[in-house]
Amino acid sequence: MSENKFYLRMEGISKAFPGVQALKDVNFYVARGEIHALVGENGAGKTTLMKILTGALSMDSGSVSLKGSHVEINTPTDAQQLGISMIHQELSLIPNLTVGQNIYLGREPRWKISAFIDWNRLYTDSQELLSQLDVDVDARAEVGSLSIAQQQMVEVAKAISLNADLIAMDEPTSSLTDRETEVLFDTMRSFKKRGISIIFISHRLEEVFEISDWVTVLRDGSLIGSEPIKDLDEERVVQMMVGRELGEMYPKGDVQRRGVILEVNNLHDGRELSGVSLELYSGEILGVAGLAGAGRTALAETIFGVRPAITGDIELDGSPVKINSPGEAIRLGMGLVPEDRKQQGLFLNRAIRENIVISALGKLSRFSFINFSKADKLAREFAVKLDIRTPSLRQLVRNLSGGNQQKVVIARWLTLNPRVLILDEPTRGIDVGTKVEIHALMNQLAEGGVGVLMVSSDLPEVLGVSDRILVMREGKVVSEFSREHATQDNIMHAATGGKVNSDK
Amino acid sequence: MTNSIVNRPLDILRRFSVTIILLCICLAFALGSSDFFTTSNLLNVALQTSIIAIVAIGMTFTILTAGIDLSVGSVMALSGAIAAGLNVRQGLDPFVAIGIALLIGMLIGAINGLMIIKGGIPPFVATLAMLAIARGLTLVYTQGRPIAGLDERFIYLGTGQIMGIPVPVFIMVVVAIIAHIVTRYTPFGLHVYATGGNEEPTRLAGVSPDRIKLAVYIISGFTAALGGVLLAARLWSAQPNAAVGWELDAIAAPVIGGTSLFGGVGTIGGTVVGAFIIGVLSNGLNLMGVPSYYQQVIKGVVFILAVSLDILTKRRR
Ligand SMILES: Nc1ncnc2c1ncn2[C@@H]1O[C@H](COP(=O)(O)OP(=O)(O)OP(=O)(O)O)[C@@H](O)[C@H]1O
Ligand SMILES: [Mg+2]
Repeated sequence: MSENKFYLRMEGISKAFPGVQALKDVNFYVARGEIHALVGENGAGKTTLMKILTGALSMDSGSVSLKGSHVEINTPTDAQQLGISMIHQELSLIPNLTVGQNIYLGREPRWKISAFIDWNRLYTDSQELLSQLDVDVDARAEVGSLSIAQQQMVEVAKAISLNADLIAMDEPTSSLTDRETEVLFDTMRSFKKRGISIIFISHRLEEVFEISDWVTVLRDGSLIGSEPIKDLDEERVVQMMVGRELGEMYPKGDVQRRGVILEVNNLHDGRELSGVSLELYSGEILGVAGLAGAGRTALAETIFGVRPAITGDIELDGSPVKINSPGEAIRLGMGLVPEDRKQQGLFLNRAIRENIVISALGKLSRFSFINFSKADKLAREFAVKLDIRTPSLRQLVRNLSGGNQQKVVIARWLTLNPRVLILDEPTRGIDVGTKVEIHALMNQLAEGGVGVLMVSSDLPEVLGVSDRILVMREGKVVSEFSREHATQDNIMHAATGGKVNSDK
Repeated sequence: MTNSIVNRPLDILRRFSVTIILLCICLAFALGSSDFFTTSNLLNVALQTSIIAIVAIGMTFTILTAGIDLSVGSVMALSGAIAAGLNVRQGLDPFVAIGIALLIGMLIGAINGLMIIKGGIPPFVATLAMLAIARGLTLVYTQGRPIAGLDERFIYLGTGQIMGIPVPVFIMVVVAIIAHIVTRYTPFGLHVYATGGNEEPTRLAGVSPDRIKLAVYIISGFTAALGGVLLAARLWSAQPNAAVGWELDAIAAPVIGGTSLFGGVGTIGGTVVGAFIIGVLSNGLNLMGVPSYYQQVIKGVVFILAVSLDILTKRRR
């Protein structure tokens, strides 16, 4: 253990938020040219540690040194100047600016020595960066018009453009498809060759084992261990993360499916859906697989009335229904946990309690007055059920860790006792322990007779959780597999139209 | 993805929707009154519009950061009064007097900005308070009476002409060009849009949203003061109740011109066009002899139409 072996040394780092000790005396060391995975449950303190490193948060105590000398990082600019950049967990792009403007914000190339931005250079440079990453996005496009995955890749491009020696990536892959993830990994490997160190945060352990050299595990703000990847296996890492043996990843009871509860016929939305038909049975979990852009989210949103359907009909319990708005869907007993929770699912500036009970207010009120003690009880019940880690239900949702925010959205829908629950990427960004809990919950719901429709890009999850699996491609359902007959291969085959590894 | 080609006509409509409305209004008045489309009337419209356009340009900056400046009308009156007072009462050179008045406008803008960034007071409230304070100071300074007897060179700024073009129009064009260049081609301009779009990522990119906000209120204070000075010059005197209610037109112009009150979206060109829609409407309705009570109603309806068209064309994505 020579003292200067490490490129980055963070020592004795502590950080408290009101009511939470987010980090307790954590030591974290990263070597030069290393891909270092940082793992832990939701709320373990991963993001907090990285934000301290990159000057977005200040620490209560501790010290940071780079290349053997002590450094003070008080602002994001300090970090940038020291060659440290970060890809944030919450997308931190500005929707009304273009891709290029976002990438070079704060360090715009100038015309000669003038005060004017050299737009041409800015856009050619950003386009160059994007093509290096194999991203098919116009640098002049407005960021708000891009898909989440595309925005994520723009974040990557931005981090790279800083020419950093150390890049912290906070769940960069959570909204990427496998193919995009591979491109990102290739980029990470080439950085590694150039001596750039990367800190990689992910809840997908397969990825951690594929790409990293070293793994550090945090739990409840404390350092649990830091070891080379070759000395570890997935089981051991999970155990370090959750502090106990984890049961089976995909527990599956023997659920009896009953009658058809939701029937969709020939649904078109004029853009992404070209004639989807499906039946959802009471008591089953129906998985929907497919590549990005296959229309899965469009399907979920169209059924739920978020987007208008052009043609097609929907029957609930055998009687035709017209769903023109989410409000109508809710009244009919449906629920949707959306893919993009920040934008669509949460009131970030309100308390957890309010976020959980807001949809159930009708049930909790008399004569239009809210019964707060009932509301409190309900919120507490679901917070416990979903293991939402927080010092208080009055905490603002904005201050929760990413995974705990997702649990709040799910809790909201559960308060309504829906008959049909649609979940779009339900475990994105959720730690393994909670993933198991959410799967168990979905099973419980199904056992209670709910029809569960789950859209997921996580194939092991689709295979492990679903009773039946539909595969979508180009806006249509192209195949159906029973639980017994589905395999990763035949799903991928159907999803790509037989052209596995083809573009898009 | 593929509809980028299909939507070409819509794209053009989207970009120029307000300009098209302005042209339509002009066309309607040209058909309705033979006096409208004359050089002298058009110059008159430009003169009437120029001052509000200048103030609206500064306002655009604050709205782009998702803020607002309600104090502009009062700041106009105060700076006009100070410039006039220093010139008439103290006998200062008019340009020195005007320079001091402009500095005071910027100082008030700075105070607005500091209340917002340091005090955490919402822009609406901070500048509403300043609206009252600045008007009160104007009344104190003028003791409720107009200040007349301005130097000729002062009056020239409001009434003179350069190559047949009224001086205020000339100044408006200069201000608009500078503001356009600043918003489109400088890092500061980009940071204004970024601050209005989303503050946290702006901060993470190493830009201080607080500094940007301070700057935009100073800009707004400056343009309001400039507008106030020109107004005094045009009226040959500073009036204690000058520009009462002008903040409404100064906000309406950028909003009609496509600036979003939520921040981050809008252009200087749009603001100038928006100001001209307001100016042309007043002028044309007067020419056609529409009674002023009805004018108000018609103006309101046109505003709603202009803004709805803008929202409709932009919403489709
Ligand atoms: N601004 C804040 N105010 C209050 N508490 C906060 C704030 N930011 C984070 N926390 C709390 O600090 C703890 C650590 O959060 P952090 O975001 O670092 O977790 P994480 O490991 O990144 O989790 P995830 O995997 O869910 O993203 C959590 O309990 C969280 O609720
Ligand atoms: Mg996190």
